[in-house]
Amino acid sequence: MQGPLKDVEHLIRLSALFAAGLLLFAVARAQFVPDDFGQYGHYRAGAIADVAAKPMVYAGRARCTECHEDEVNEAAPSRHKVIACETCHGALLKHADDPEVAVPKADAQTLCLRCHAANTGKPSHQPTVVAKDHSDEDSCVPCHQAHDPRMDQEP
Amino acid sequence: METTRRDFLMVGTKLLVMTAATASALERVLAGAADAAAPYNTADHWWAMLIDVEKCIGGGHCVRACKTENDVVDEPMYFRTWVERYHIDMSDPDHPVVDSPDGGINGFSEKYAEGDGKTFFVPKLCNHCADSPCTQVCPVGATFRTNDGVVLIDKDYCVGCRYCVQACPYGCRYLDPRSHTADKCTLCYHRLTRGMVPACVEVCPTGARQIADLKNPNDPAHEYLRTHKIQVLKPQMATGAKVYYNGLDGAVR
Repeated sequence: MQGPLKDVEHLIRLSALFAAGLLLFAVARAQFVPDDFGQYGHYRAGAIADVAAKPMVYAGRARCTECHEDEVNEAAPSRHKVIACETCHGALLKHADDPEVAVPKADAQTLCLRCHAANTGKPSHQPTVVAKDHSDEDSCVPCHQAHDPRMDQEP
Repeated sequence: METTRRDFLMVGTKLLVMTAATASALERVLAGAADAAAPYNTADHWWAMLIDVEKCIGGGHCVRACKTENDVVDEPMYFRTWVERYHIDMSDPDHPVVDSPDGGINGFSEKYAEGDGKTFFVPKLCNHCADSPCTQVCPVGATFRTNDGVVLIDKDYCVGCRYCVQACPYGCRYLDPRSHTADKCTLCYHRLTRGMVPACVEVCPTGARQIADLKNPNDPAHEYLRTHKIQVLKPQMATGAKVYYNGLDGAVR
């Protein structure tokens, strides 16, 4: 090349290369970055919906009450009324959606002792027993009905 | 009438704007038809959790429920929430002994004697910090705090670098070996957005855990926070932790 551009020719080529690189970057970025990235912050807005779409496993007390009002009423006069059904019965949304799905039977003794076995860490207002002294490790159920554990209740 | 350049541009722009507006309105109607019952708006909520240490009996119901609800990995035994037992021996009160066998998932067997110092249980979980270090270190924008105050992970974006696992001052994150992505408590976001309480709150038999929406003026949490001696973990780190503890012993870290 002749004339005034002779000395900057290499710079022109370099800037052309640079511009091509920039263009490639812009195209690639537009291609790979999702549209909703940055909508609320430096993250993909759709990720929130992804997390929220996860299926539930625990049905919640309201769902249980729809069919099992009797049991809820049984517990109503006792201190166990504040305890959710699924605390002892386990996660039961599948059962709530389809009553045919069986409810696993848990061992009452184990369930009672989870909360009521004596342990130094437990707050003093929590009613606890040493199972061996209290019932010689016999089942709790003959004396304490789980929904209403007060002693005068029919098992 | 001759169309001038100005007229053409004006009409063209109006048409463009109107189609966009109609299209977005239609989109809203179509999307809303499916879950019109309770539209969840992130701007209406600011989630936090209250934990009453004096009510925790260490039964591990929360740990089991969390594992079940969120399919938390068992091998290795990782947790989104766990329970710690603190024991402060009066002969050495500066060095509390902490244990958490399997995160307290099966409760705690007797280890200390009555009157032998102070023993208590502390449930732990992600603090859903307002200014979280874990979201700040993520190099790819895979973890973030939502407008309603919940720290979440984008599993599609996470590259599994573990920076966030190290950055969390509370040890609340782990790398899920199944997906090779970071994982943590979501405050059961999939339940909150459906108007339900988190699984751990649902099953806690003593009400030691309560979910709180601090943007709801009728939430009883406001009065609770005002009238109790509330602490957060590691306040000196200024993370804006939103798990509020009542009756927390100063020894808890």
